[in-house]
Amino acid sequence: MEPERPDENGDGQQSQGLKRGGAAGVVARARAQGLALKERAEAEAKTYKDPQQTQLWKSIFRVSHDRSDPRNRSLAILSNVFLHLHPAKINRDATRYSFTWGMGGITFYLFIVLTFTGILLMFYYHPTKVQAFRDILYLEHDVPFGKLLRNMHRWAAHLMIITTWLHMFRVVLTGSYKRPREFNWCVGVVLLVLTLLLSFTGYLLPDDQLGFWAVTVGTNMARATPGFGSEGPFGPQLGMTPFNDVRFGLLGGSIVDANALLRSYIWHCIGIPVVASLFMAVHFWRIRKDGGISGPAPVMLESEMKAAKK
Amino acid sequence: MAMAIERPRSNRWLLWLVGSLAVVGVLALMVEDWGQLWKISSAPDNVPIVGMIPLVIFFTWLGLKQSKENDQLVETLEEDPALAKTHHRKTHPWRPGWAREIHVWPYLVRVEFLAAIIVTVILFAWSILLNAPLEEPANPNLTMNPSKAPWYFLGLQEMLVYFDPWIAGVVMPGLLVVGLMVFPYVDSNPLGNGYYSWRQRRFAVSMFMWGFFMWIILIIIGTFIRGPGWIWFWPGQTWDHNAVVFDRNRDLHEIIALYGLPFLNTSPFKEIFGALVVGFIFVAGGLFFHWLMLRRGLERSDFKSFRAFWNWASRSGEFEKKLLERTSILQYLTFQFFAISVLWLFPVKLILRLAFTIKYIWVTPWFNV
Repeated sequence: MEPERPDENGDGQQSQGLKRGGAAGVVARARAQGLALKERAEAEAKTYKDPQQTQLWKSIFRVSHDRSDPRNRSLAILSNVFLHLHPAKINRDATRYSFTWGMGGITFYLFIVLTFTGILLMFYYHPTKVQAFRDILYLEHDVPFGKLLRNMHRWAAHLMIITTWLHMFRVVLTGSYKRPREFNWCVGVVLLVLTLLLSFTGYLLPDDQLGFWAVTVGTNMARATPGFGSEGPFGPQLGMTPFNDVRFGLLGGSIVDANALLRSYIWHCIGIPVVASLFMAVHFWRIRKDGGISGPAPVMLESEMKAAKK
Repeated sequence: MAMAIERPRSNRWLLWLVGSLAVVGVLALMVEDWGQLWKISSAPDNVPIVGMIPLVIFFTWLGLKQSKENDQLVETLEEDPALAKTHHRKTHPWRPGWAREIHVWPYLVRVEFLAAIIVTVILFAWSILLNAPLEEPANPNLTMNPSKAPWYFLGLQEMLVYFDPWIAGVVMPGLLVVGLMVFPYVDSNPLGNGYYSWRQRRFAVSMFMWGFFMWIILIIIGTFIRGPGWIWFWPGQTWDHNAVVFDRNRDLHEIIALYGLPFLNTSPFKEIFGALVVGFIFVAGGLFFHWLMLRRGLERSDFKSFRAFWNWASRSGEFEKKLLERTSILQYLTFQFFAISVLWLFPVKLILRLAFTIKYIWVTPWFNV
């Protein structure tokens, strides 16, 4: 091919072109090539009008979402890591709000909100006696949206406890703990306890009077643990003192102080969330393995009750 | 084919409305100190509790309403075996030809998405309107009065009034958690799996509600009633920090000893006496639960005469008898153990303490009950 970029090449080539067709010929050829390039670019741009047909899109989304035929609807769920916990299809009445109350899902969503706001809060918080309380003041008065962040974390935590209880209540009212879901109910009870402990360990972190005395009252009960508490039945006989009993282990000391702050911080931010995540994974997985959401199932009649297996 | 069961329109809700307004009105008249009531209810950490009360009431209603609808459907189908074979057995609308299952995308995902948005909006609004509490810096030398556990643990703190700390703080919560876990294993009733129902699961549902509502009532007592010094102040009474209660609570054996039985105040008679009374309470609890689990549902006709009521109270329900037959001895004993020690013992002690000022029933050098 003859030179397409006349400026880049030196005078010698330009003079060659001059020899062949003169200056007008060079211009005409350049124009023709320019037009061809433009047409090609336009044609290419038209294909970009449908982003779902691009290589970039297809590399991210494994299936096309431009049609809503049954196959694609199923694939939308099955091929997505976040949605694949769901089955592709469910009982048509199960999407009714009145059946599930949505409380389990909302509890999980609140856990996500709490993780998100909690991570942001960790950027501004030091679990030390000197700084903890000042960090809260700093959050409330200086950090942009710091007050909103702390408020959201607090209220989401309270709300999560209420939604957990209501979820449990619904499961009882619909008999959803019955065979084959007994074990998943137990996993749920563990998650309930972990939710309460998460909230409790977070209570101390602002290092204010409210948290301090609530945790003092709460951990004082541990003193009375039979066998393991310094004031519990058989505790002193087994050598328990305020400096080696179970309360000491919880607080890292005999009073609620710097070590207690650090311990609750680590339990709150790392220990319990990790354990709770594991139990959540099992909880959600078992929902699917136990046959998905329990209902609304067709009612059974008393007259159809089979005789008990002897 | 019957698609839905017609229900007559009733104006009973109006009666309920007027009735509850009257109750609220009378209660409002009894409030002495509105400022105190507002102070407690508007304390930031108490707002979730104030919000929880109507939520629990609403969802209890929502659940029981659907139970009642299913019960009516069950009744209809029991009476008409031909219909039972053809009906799709739900109270939800149904047309032949409708798909039994629908796609999660979009029909479920959109509900979840909507729920997430609504919860987020509520959280934002709540967080903008109400600040999280922050008191003075922690000060071990300045005891908060009242110093309260976080609200969800107030039930345990309230139990401290009635039991030794090792029972209230360690054994009771442990029994509560284990008791919840064994719940599915002691419920031998195969009916009511996956749909709301009351008639088919009266006893199981009411046992759970007993515990659940007891827990919530304890939280309400701990929040709204327990004031400085953990003294009982009725809602609307001023929290008097100088209030001194003349505590005339006595142990049961001391009260009985006053009636010419002074030896009860000495060992080992007081221990033996206490053990006997506790044993009696356990047996009474067991008999009560046994009686309750065999009762059929109360109907309006049972209140027509004493005789009708006696009939209800003394004759076991057929269905309930069948359920008991399905229950293994291990299931029965496990249930009784948790029901008596958690659901029964606690209200008994609460009433003995608050109404009869009895401190402990069983006093020993090692523990008190």
